[in-house]
Amino acid sequence: MKVLVPVKRVLDYNVKPRVKADGTGVDLANVKMSMNPFDEIAVEEAIRLKDKGVTEIVAVSIGEQKSQETLRTALAMGADRAILVVSDEKVEPLGVAKLLKAIVEAEKPDLVILGKQAIDDDNNQTGQMLAGLLGVGQATFASKVDLTADSVTVTREVDGGSETEKLSLPAIITTDLRLNEPRYASLPNIMKAKSKPLDQKTPADYGVDVTPRLTTLKVVEPPKRTAGVKVADVDELVAKLKALGVAK
Amino acid sequence: MKTLVWVEHDGKTVKDATLAVVTAASKLGEVDLLVAGSGVDAVAAEAAKIAGVSNVLTADNEALEHPLAETVAPLVVKLMADHDAFLAPATSNGKNIAPRVAALLDVMQISDILSVESADTFTRPIYAGNAIATVQTSDKKLVITVRGTAFEKAAPEGGTATVVSTDGAGLEQSVSTYVGSEIAKLERPELTSAKVIVSGGRALASSENFHAVIEPLADKLGAAVGASRAAVDAGYVPNDYQVGQTGKIVAPEVYMAIGISGAIQHLAGMKDSKTIIAINKDEDAPIFQVADIGLVGDLFKIVPELTEKL
Ligand SMILES: Cc1cc2nc3c(=O)[nH]c(=O)nc-3n(C[C@H](O)[C@H](O)[C@H](O)COP(=O)(O)OP(=O)(O)OC[C@H]3O[C@@H](n4cnc5c(N)ncnc54)[C@H](O)[C@@H]3O)c2cc1C
Repeated sequence: MKVLVPVKRVLDYNVKPRVKADGTGVDLANVKMSMNPFDEIAVEEAIRLKDKGVTEIVAVSIGEQKSQETLRTALAMGADRAILVVSDEKVEPLGVAKLLKAIVEAEKPDLVILGKQAIDDDNNQTGQMLAGLLGVGQATFASKVDLTADSVTVTREVDGGSETEKLSLPAIITTDLRLNEPRYASLPNIMKAKSKPLDQKTPADYGVDVTPRLTTLKVVEPPKRTAGVKVADVDELVAKLKALGVAK
Repeated sequence: MKTLVWVEHDGKTVKDATLAVVTAASKLGEVDLLVAGSGVDAVAAEAAKIAGVSNVLTADNEALEHPLAETVAPLVVKLMADHDAFLAPATSNGKNIAPRVAALLDVMQISDILSVESADTFTRPIYAGNAIATVQTSDKKLVITVRGTAFEKAAPEGGTATVVSTDGAGLEQSVSTYVGSEIAKLERPELTSAKVIVSGGRALASSENFHAVIEPLADKLGAAVGASRAAVDAGYVPNDYQVGQTGKIVAPEVYMAIGISGAIQHLAGMKDSKTIIAINKDEDAPIFQVADIGLVGDLFKIVPELTEKL
């Protein structure tokens, strides 16, 4: 079985995003970039499925040249080969989903495992869009994946608890945080990843139009909260709660 | 503009999240609701009373008993022939269904909107709410998910919409099947609609402590109980207690963060609360930078004393 794992290069989750003074976006110059945390979980899940009949893992990234680093991370974790679709312009989830559809049609994977959202744009769309374009089943926000030869049973995190669905293959899964804990790549594996195959393509190679539909007019900081007062003891806190009307 | 709102319901009643979506949709134009499910008469009747709604379209079919995106999306696509915008709440079901609709309509979805600036321009949070983007779409039809805490709720009573049955029979065979679910029974208010929330973090150190320390305080205040991801991951409470970027987004009157450090991913879920109260033994914890009222000290001493004195 073959698994396709799309990965995105984003601002590292430990870095506090700073809005650019001219209001055009978030400053990404000279800051640490990493693989989107949900995508790391997707790569990890694909690797764990190697015990369940998965024989090949293909990592895909769509973005600027530097996304090669993200793909090398996926290869160092355990993916077998990689495809980079180079685009210097930002590609929206709809464009990404169309490119992934073309790649799925060429590669014919049994499963595509994606992160449920990228922590930069927080869109939470790509996996669902890909499933819609392909007309296949989708299991979003996965916390457990059981793979058999012709179906996959997925437990999903939903409001109020969890839900289980059974999908025929091929199928699309998006990961939630509790699906697994991703491994760190070992030094020997990082070295080995350097010689794994990494193909370069462009959106034109797939005949996909990725012209954005949305224009960002401006990006601003949210209203700032300022630190309030510190109270000295519980009695003062009780008085504050009474003043707020939440305690009798 | 004619809008179509997907009604979130549990087969019996309309979920609160729908009401904020109706408000957002009414800023765009006429509002129709879609009630899809199996045996939906009661829900449709309730939905018809929501203020400001023109028509309630029903799709009644056993295959719709559970809102799988695979069955709901093609149905919505058909109805979008007569509508200009589709809106759903940014709940787990809404987030699951709407992008599939968008892809089938060849539309770029606008996720989690905070405001409607004009018929094609919206604001939405990016980077876990650390930035707010204003985006304009060039798509002819709109597909939108709505952040519930950003819009007033439409009045659940007072409307007189017409209930119209759509052809639920034209459903496509799904490639996926619903197997089952485990939904926790809540004895307390729901997180997303509670006026007061008491949340606990990693500092609670065990499930027993969480129940023994946090819950009595919540009960005294009639509050919902929330948690940080660290507390959820450690198994102190179930995952749907999680507040934050990847959990629930809440904006209650009062939010109490107890033994929670205030990581940006946690703040993303609660920083629009009216009043934030933090209890933490580390006076430099980042949570104090956003807290209106802070108390530095050991939660295991403070919280029982507080509960006692309330
Ligand atoms: C992609 C991604 C998404 C995430 N999404 C979320 C999310 O949605 N929600 C979320 O919450 N987190 C999320 N996180 C995790 C987040 O980064 C933090 O790790 C988490 O919020 C920390 O939880 P905490 O504050 O309970 O624990 P800690 O950071 O360990 O803080 C514990 C606090 O308790 C205090 N303390 C300890 N003992 C006591 C005591 N006896 N009395 C009083 N105070 C005490 C400490 O001073 C400390 O400030 C996400 C992370 C990633 C990478």
